[in-house]
Amino acid sequence: MKQLVLVPLAAALLAGLAYAESVTVYSARNEQLIKPLFDAFTKDTGIEVKVLTDKEGPLMERLKAEGTNSPADMLITVDAGNLWQAGKQGLLKPIESKTLNENVPAHLRDPKGEWYGLSIRARTIFYNPATVKPADLSTYEDLADPKWQGKLCLRTSKKVYNQSLVAMMIAQYGEPKTEKIVRGWVANLAAPVFADDTKMLEAIAAGQCQVGVANSYYYGRIVAKDPKFPVKLFWANQNAGGVHVNVSGAGVTRYAKNEKGAIKLIEWLSGDKAQNLYADKDMEFPVNPKVKPDDLVAGWGPFKPSIINMSKAGELQGKATQLMDRAGYK
Amino acid sequence: MSSRLLPSRGVLCALPIALLTVVPLLVVLSSLLDPQAEVWSHLLDYVLPGVLWNTLLLVVGVGAGVLLLGVPLAWLTAVCTFPGRRFFGWALMLPLAMPAYVLAFVQVGLLDFTGPVQTLLRSAFGTSAWFPQIRSTGGVILVLSMAFYPYVYLLARNAFLTQGRRAIEAAQTLGMSRRRAFFVVAVPMARPWLIGGVTLALMETLADFGTVSIFNFDTFTTAIYKAWFALFNLPAASQLASLLVMFVLMLVALEQWGRGARSYQVRSAHAERIALHGRLRWLATLWCGTVLLLAFVVPMMQLLVWVKGVWADDFDARYPAFIGRSLLLAVMAALLVTLLALVLAYARRRYRDAGTHWLVRLATLGYAVPGTVLAVGVFIPVAWLDNVLLAALRPFGLEALAIFKGTLAVMLLALAARFLAVGFQPVDTAMQRITRSQEEAARSLGLNGRQVAARLYLPLLRGGLLSAALLVFVDVLKEMPITLMTRAFGWDTLAVRVFEMTSEGMWDRAALPSLFIVLAGLVPVVLLIRKTES
Amino acid sequence: MTPMLEVNAVSVRYPDRAVIESLSFSLASGQIGCLLGHSGCGKTTMLRAIAGFETPAAGEIRIDGEVVASASTMLPPEARRIGMVFQDYALFPHLNVTDNIGFGLRALSAAERTARIGEMLALVGLEDECRRFPHELSGGQQQRVALARALATRPRLMLLDEPFSNLDAELRERLGLEVRDILKAAGTTAILVTHDQHEAFAVADVVGVMVDGQIRQWASPYSLYHQPVDRHVANFIGEGVLLPGVVNASAQIEFELGRFDGPTPAHCGVDGCRVDVLVRPDDVQHDDASPVRATVLARAFRGAEFLYTLALPSGQKVLSLVPSHHNHAVGEEIGIRLELEHAVAYVRE
Repeated sequence: MKQLVLVPLAAALLAGLAYAESVTVYSARNEQLIKPLFDAFTKDTGIEVKVLTDKEGPLMERLKAEGTNSPADMLITVDAGNLWQAGKQGLLKPIESKTLNENVPAHLRDPKGEWYGLSIRARTIFYNPATVKPADLSTYEDLADPKWQGKLCLRTSKKVYNQSLVAMMIAQYGEPKTEKIVRGWVANLAAPVFADDTKMLEAIAAGQCQVGVANSYYYGRIVAKDPKFPVKLFWANQNAGGVHVNVSGAGVTRYAKNEKGAIKLIEWLSGDKAQNLYADKDMEFPVNPKVKPDDLVAGWGPFKPSIINMSKAGELQGKATQLMDRAGYK
Repeated sequence: MSSRLLPSRGVLCALPIALLTVVPLLVVLSSLLDPQAEVWSHLLDYVLPGVLWNTLLLVVGVGAGVLLLGVPLAWLTAVCTFPGRRFFGWALMLPLAMPAYVLAFVQVGLLDFTGPVQTLLRSAFGTSAWFPQIRSTGGVILVLSMAFYPYVYLLARNAFLTQGRRAIEAAQTLGMSRRRAFFVVAVPMARPWLIGGVTLALMETLADFGTVSIFNFDTFTTAIYKAWFALFNLPAASQLASLLVMFVLMLVALEQWGRGARSYQVRSAHAERIALHGRLRWLATLWCGTVLLLAFVVPMMQLLVWVKGVWADDFDARYPAFIGRSLLLAVMAALLVTLLALVLAYARRRYRDAGTHWLVRLATLGYAVPGTVLAVGVFIPVAWLDNVLLAALRPFGLEALAIFKGTLAVMLLALAARFLAVGFQPVDTAMQRITRSQEEAARSLGLNGRQVAARLYLPLLRGGLLSAALLVFVDVLKEMPITLMTRAFGWDTLAVRVFEMTSEGMWDRAALPSLFIVLAGLVPVVLLIRKTES
Repeated sequence: MTPMLEVNAVSVRYPDRAVIESLSFSLASGQIGCLLGHSGCGKTTMLRAIAGFETPAAGEIRIDGEVVASASTMLPPEARRIGMVFQDYALFPHLNVTDNIGFGLRALSAAERTARIGEMLALVGLEDECRRFPHELSGGQQQRVALARALATRPRLMLLDEPFSNLDAELRERLGLEVRDILKAAGTTAILVTHDQHEAFAVADVVGVMVDGQIRQWASPYSLYHQPVDRHVANFIGEGVLLPGVVNASAQIEFELGRFDGPTPAHCGVDGCRVDVLVRPDDVQHDDASPVRATVLARAFRGAEFLYTLALPSGQKVLSLVPSHHNHAVGEEIGIRLELEHAVAYVRE
């Protein structure tokens, strides 16, 4: 048992000596999506990136428990709600960066500078062109209309993307109206809610339902493999507040040992090269307005995003979850 | 009698091991001091009634399911003869190597509206509306039963192999039909083994998150995750987890009370196998074949199809390291847990006081706690200890951020806390089969305690110890939350790879690490089988 | 000569009750003793205390003069150099007959061990079964393996806990004698625990009748049968009935079957003390010439004898053991005569 402790201890000590030249990242964005970006960063700057992946919740508990002894310099999540939550719990440190302020539009970053969006994930409406005409579609709210009864498919309310969507609706319409809309959705469901977007899109394709709401990159992944996939994308709410977007993003941790390196990494991630990689790797939209999305993604046409500040998603996520529980949205 | 006030030696043996589980549980339980009125009123009104009902259905359903699958299959392969008995004897243990979430994903994929079965039905009949909804209470019970029946099968088979045929013969001489004898004698005699198997299956069911998520089936555990990840209220989540732990403790106490003073010590005996005749023998083959097909062959084929698609892109030079770490972790955890389980089982046998008894019970509770919650419970005290030590050592020039955090030792201890129950059940049931008189005979022949352990216990416990080690090995291979929380930087295993892929819904890419997990798990399963074949 | 086993005022108590209260007895070297009693009388507990599996609360146990249990000493079982045969034999299922017998012989060299195992196999007549495993043996064979295993280590004292209770009646009787022969041949001091008096009489030189944690009588089987110390022992050992009687002025005991000399019970005043007289079936002889008549109520054929249940004119029942050529039907009246050297009587309660 002695060696069990001592060998990793020695390794930890050695790692301790090396951390000046490296940035340590706690990431909820999974390794295969984030690692290529870090590799490119290391190539550009010579700064090594060490990454530890886990779910957001455990990562935040980890930061809290480690306190000043945390090795983490930076936290990455795949949604704004968790970043806002990390900020609220005092796990992040506000930073000042001209580059970031230029590269990331104001509504996609924290007003206090604790976190910055790095890629946009658009959550919009998908339909089966065999049964639905684009003219029939308009807004998320419209999907609560009885005309869609038995035709709607949704993913589970336990996924943060739907919690953010409903949070943003609360920000836009207030709770009572939002709850009515969500109840309308539930009444229109054609099948029990799905565990993931991909399965839900397949259900639209198979004709189990006709319309649904999903993140665009899930659709992108399917279409990249099967260009004839019989589901089409519709940009929601183009005349009513814009498409709901979420961001994956990052912030510098409160007790970062290499704050400079972490800022450098976030800045780099908001720059041209990384933003292109983001777009290519997972078919997300770049936050940096100067960067064009992937060709396939660009093919879906331009869209007007919601420009309510992303921090609302975090602030109202708890409320949104409770609202969906009340409305019987599983 | 003055020693009454001092803890017994059994308590002294069991306490350090129980602490492994008790400390993280206490961290979880400490949340009870931090009431969350607002979240609770919401949970009570809108969440808990539903999930309690669902959890109850699941416990009853999966409990019945694993018994209905495991006991007859064990009986057929242990006691009867029919075509393919030898093959099924070992093959029916294979699903043990298949992670439940993989099984769930594959079964949902196959049987849901969009899956090939219903698609085929629609193209043939125009509709598949009559096809039962797989994403339902029935579906989740079915899949979890298929995933966890091997626990019951494995333990029940052991029991039937050693006592079944003789018991049936004895009952038949008393004028009982074979069928009646099965229910009246063989099954009740195997009770500790069956209870052991069902306990493992139900604890895993209660703690399961991955499988029920795929069905979007709300249980107590999903409510815990909702309180934490969606309502951002870890104290409330921990409070829910505490309730779960208390519920399990209650079940354990109930079982104990029901068992009373009955003793299940049996002597091994040999008797003839029961030969099945006519249609019955082929029905037995068909039944075994169907279970094997659904619980193992089909998901395995699906994994292979996916792997074929992603192999070229995903299989890279890091895989040997992933596999190596997974194996290292699983082997070491298996050895550690088996050793601790042996100490606990021995303490419980040797020292029959209530203190020892309940410490042993507490030590094996970790399996019923959702993995992520237990992981946090482990991490918080370790990080605290590190912080205290680092603060104390800093004046002496120690520049480090971690002492115990991220070490293999902590990882192993955390895994031990989670899987002690898995190791304890087979060791304890094996221990129960050593009669008190056998032990006393050895003592009266001049052997001291250590010699009795070496010359009587070890040889007689070998089977149980092996089962324990192999079950833990397979479970650790599949384990995600604790590995994620306690691993060092870059110390990724196969299970971590599965997590990376499934967290973004890339099930086809998760197939590659999953396949390696299944293959690595097959080795011990086959070993286990060779051990129990007689 | 010091006795091989001395039990001095030993008490064993469980948290809720005393199982054995101040019990004493001793066995000379080579003697076979027996504790006889109903289940729950404490006999097995006493045996386990001698073996070292129970700790006496008071008293002292010596084996061959060495104190093995007392207020200050508690020698563990493995250090007592005893052998024990268990009710369920407790054979080791993972070892064959040879290895079971050799289990306690680890101190011997391989050659010595083989020789000793060979002796034991010969002693119990299991040479041909030496490679078999316990589950492949019959009950009687398992029993003999257990005995050989315990004897192999040349114990100072052999303890047998209901060793025949798992065997059928016929085998039980045969094995009882066999075990006695084996123990005597080995010259081993032994103590047997049983609830079966036939077994006790067949095997033991001296028997203690145990009731409620105490020995009521410690005596040879003959004395137990013919001079039971109290009505409980009288009832427990052998067959027989108690008939009411009175002590007359000349200190004789008078009752329905006659007047007999006999030690009158203690605490019984001469003349008029009311007593119960023990009448054994073999005391009641068939005698057509006898004036005493009795009616046959029931009869049991025992081969050489009939055991008749008879009703005396007063309605009292007695048993009578009669050679089987005296064949009488139920309802028939026969003459009986009581043959007693001494009447055994107890004060009427």
